[in-house]
Amino acid sequence: RFLLLFSRQGKLRLQKWFVPTSDRERKKVIRDMIMLVLPRQPRTCNFLRWKDLKIVYKRYASLYFCAGLEEQDNELLALEVLHRYVELLDKYFGNVCELDIIFNFEKAYFILDEFLMGGEVLETSKFAVNVSMEQADTLQETMEEYMSKPAY
Amino acid sequence: MSPSVPLQEMIRAIRSARTQCEERGVIQRECAAIRAQFRQTDNGGRSHNLAKLLYVHMLGYPAHFGQMECVRMIASPRYSEKRVGYLGAMMLLDEKQDASLLITNSIKNDLSHSNQYVQSLALCTLACMGSAEMCRDLAPEIDRLLRSSNSYIKKKAALCAVHIVRKVHDLGELFVPSARSLLSEKNHGVLHGAVVLITELCERSPETLERFRKTVPDLVQIMKGLVISGYSPDHDVAGVSDPFLQVRILRLLRILGRNNEAASDAMNDLLAQVATNTDSTKTVGNAVLYETVLTVLDIKSESGLRVLAVNILGRFLLNNDRNIRYIAMTSLQKIVLTDHNAVQRHRGTIVDCLKDQDASVKRRALELSLALVSASNIRSMMKELLIFLSSCPPELRAQAASGIFNAAERYAPSKRWHIDTILHVLTTAGGDVRDETVPNLIQLITNTSELHCYTVHKLYRALLTDISQQPLVQVACWCIGEYGDLLLKGECQETEAVQVTEDDVLDALEIVLQSHMSTPTTRGFALTATMKLSTRITDNVDRIRSIVSIYGSCIDVELQQRAVEYNALFKKYDHMRAAVLERMPVIQKNSLGQTNGELSEEPMKESQPGKVKQEETALPPQPAGQVVDLLDLLGGSQEPLQPGSSVAGSASTQLTAAPTSAGGDLLDLLGGFEPTPLAPAPTVTVYEKNGVTLTLSCEQQSESGLTVTLTASNSTDSDISGFTLQAAVPKSVQLQMRAPSTDCLPAHGGAKLTQLVVLNNPNKVNLKMRIRVSYTCQGSVVQDMVQVDSFPGL
Repeated sequence: RFLLLFSRQGKLRLQKWFVPTSDRERKKVIRDMIMLVLPRQPRTCNFLRWKDLKIVYKRYASLYFCAGLEEQDNELLALEVLHRYVELLDKYFGNVCELDIIFNFEKAYFILDEFLMGGEVLETSKFAVNVSMEQADTLQETMEEYMSKPAY
Repeated sequence: MSPSVPLQEMIRAIRSARTQCEERGVIQRECAAIRAQFRQTDNGGRSHNLAKLLYVHMLGYPAHFGQMECVRMIASPRYSEKRVGYLGAMMLLDEKQDASLLITNSIKNDLSHSNQYVQSLALCTLACMGSAEMCRDLAPEIDRLLRSSNSYIKKKAALCAVHIVRKVHDLGELFVPSARSLLSEKNHGVLHGAVVLITELCERSPETLERFRKTVPDLVQIMKGLVISGYSPDHDVAGVSDPFLQVRILRLLRILGRNNEAASDAMNDLLAQVATNTDSTKTVGNAVLYETVLTVLDIKSESGLRVLAVNILGRFLLNNDRNIRYIAMTSLQKIVLTDHNAVQRHRGTIVDCLKDQDASVKRRALELSLALVSASNIRSMMKELLIFLSSCPPELRAQAASGIFNAAERYAPSKRWHIDTILHVLTTAGGDVRDETVPNLIQLITNTSELHCYTVHKLYRALLTDISQQPLVQVACWCIGEYGDLLLKGECQETEAVQVTEDDVLDALEIVLQSHMSTPTTRGFALTATMKLSTRITDNVDRIRSIVSIYGSCIDVELQQRAVEYNALFKKYDHMRAAVLERMPVIQKNSLGQTNGELSEEPMKESQPGKVKQEETALPPQPAGQVVDLLDLLGGSQEPLQPGSSVAGSASTQLTAAPTSAGGDLLDLLGGFEPTPLAPAPTVTVYEKNGVTLTLSCEQQSESGLTVTLTASNSTDSDISGFTLQAAVPKSVQLQMRAPSTDCLPAHGGAKLTQLVVLNNPNKVNLKMRIRVSYTCQGSVVQDMVQVDSFPGL
């Protein structure tokens, strides 16, 4: 249903919603997630129940990746999805860290859109996702150069 | 890659702001600049401005003014602007905004764009936030794209179709043929999308499900290919090739195989193969195994396969990784009802998990343990559960306590064990148990008469040690009140004898009365207990009188009322005291709950006439009848001892405030305060059949209140038992049935049965009553009905 990234201090870095939710609801969900996930001890289970959803979270360095799943989704697979996303980011940015995501958040979104769509995995091959990203970026550059407007 | 410098500068500026106030200042300035730039028609930096706005939005600030800009940018021919525009659309717009309709046309155009990336942007946005109308408009386009030759587009179109189907279920039909053909693709991405689409279609409509059953062999083939095939670097994750696809296929197989023998048979081999071949050292492998297990358990698989699945779950349970254990317990929970024995084998491990540090694991273990309790393992399980209760986190306490009670009730090997267990729970987690446990416990205690002595001793000792647990204190007070004499006798077979004097007992009760920790309900219990002791003990009656009279001026209305009434009992009605305060009879389960619910609700619902049918069934059985009389005699003060009236406080005041004949009865019985003299009531025979005679007499109590006395007698040769009367009156009249004096009529008119019915007729309608008589005579049940249209004496 949704995917959130937030830092250890509780600052939101990325949010992706796969079902229509109002602004107020979104804020509430974000707050609840932060409150549920941040106080968890390091070696505890990565799965939680919240309302009628299963919450899967994983901590990578200083970032928490948090996903909300429905009843019939496989939690272990969701862990894999989160891991794959991190790998993609890593490949793209080259040793990704939180700052990369902060300053290039729109790129993070684009990568996410190549990997997940409508809440489901779109492309299962890392290679293919990287290729699409590169090509899209090239396209962007080419168009910009073609239009000969300063890209700053 | 050209970075968007202004964006980064802005981000840096925001991050360097040291206080919230500074940050807000920076953001406001930036927003103002952005707004100004939006108003300019053409600007090279538009995409950057929108990106800045999106960042600001992510921090939580309002960004509505960006919506129109998004729409404009999506329509622009430049790719970079489109990209950011679509991103903005996904973040800022949702289907409730009106601006989303404006982009429908842009999306439509972009879907036919020559460049596949532009098409993909459009597809992505549609899948993310497409509303129902947008989906309907664009569905044919998507279908066309599903057939295109470009696999990049095909996979995106497939997932977009999934979203459309979720939004507008009817459009599923449109995609069925294309979905079928997509299954023969080689590209994993497309295949994955196709499987998801088919899953969605099958979940929505059963006919589609039937049609897709034929694809089971194909799916099996694909899976086999995945499992057996060698290393493919593209899709591999830690040794498992394309786990995402594998899991999705397994899920689809699960849906197709549910309730269908043929399909399940086709899958059996494959599932066995997957289960045995998958490497389970990493999470990935476990994910696939988990899905396999779920599938096996859901379809009609052969028993060998089921055993394999449960064994896999057992292995999961022993795994060190907490996640895996959690997953295993969740799945076991699902099958515990069907494959109970299989799960029992793992009981030991589950019970161990109760001691785990992790709260989620503990919760799962608790649920599963409670489900596994059975008659054979009750003692050991209970020990474990009680240990768990003393150390469990507070949020699980209530659940654990009620679970323990349920289990104890169903499988208690002996009464004494049962009482012990409940007492244990009350002492450890007394604050978290639910309200109805107190009456349940009391009822249980009255039922086990042989253990009264033992129980009261234990409770007394518990009371002495700790009076903070309210339910425990309440039960203890009640027991001491009832069985005080047993306590004072001192001897008891089951536990060591302790000499308890009357003073000790009264001290204990007084401590409860005076302590801050006692709630008003508890104090009520204690006061009543003190009162009851006045008949049980011989000396110290004066002390009791003084205690009771102190509370006559207490602030709490409930206590004050009780104290005043007890005082009255002492002074004027001393002769009645013994009778009033004698031992309570054995309470029957469930009956008390209903009757008192009715009786306490009846005056509260004064404004709701016509609860006639309900009152008919509120016929209390014999033992409860005496309790009801007790209730009335004490002037309607709500006895919280009766179960089902945990609305004690509020109900009592309303009960006393209501001008029912409850007070009237009290006054009647004590015969003192009736303002108008009662004339002897005329009687009329209303029913005479098979030797059973029913006579009716009525008295006008007040303006609209009427008391009807029904008398039954039996002139046959055999005894009649189970004699009950039910009455119905017109809608606007309120009816309250008092307990009958007995429900057996001995032969030859040996004794009569009387029952009081109180009517309240505020609208002064014509009074009619229909009475149903039922009784058992010589083994057969007889029922009859009689209508009374005219009431004598009216």
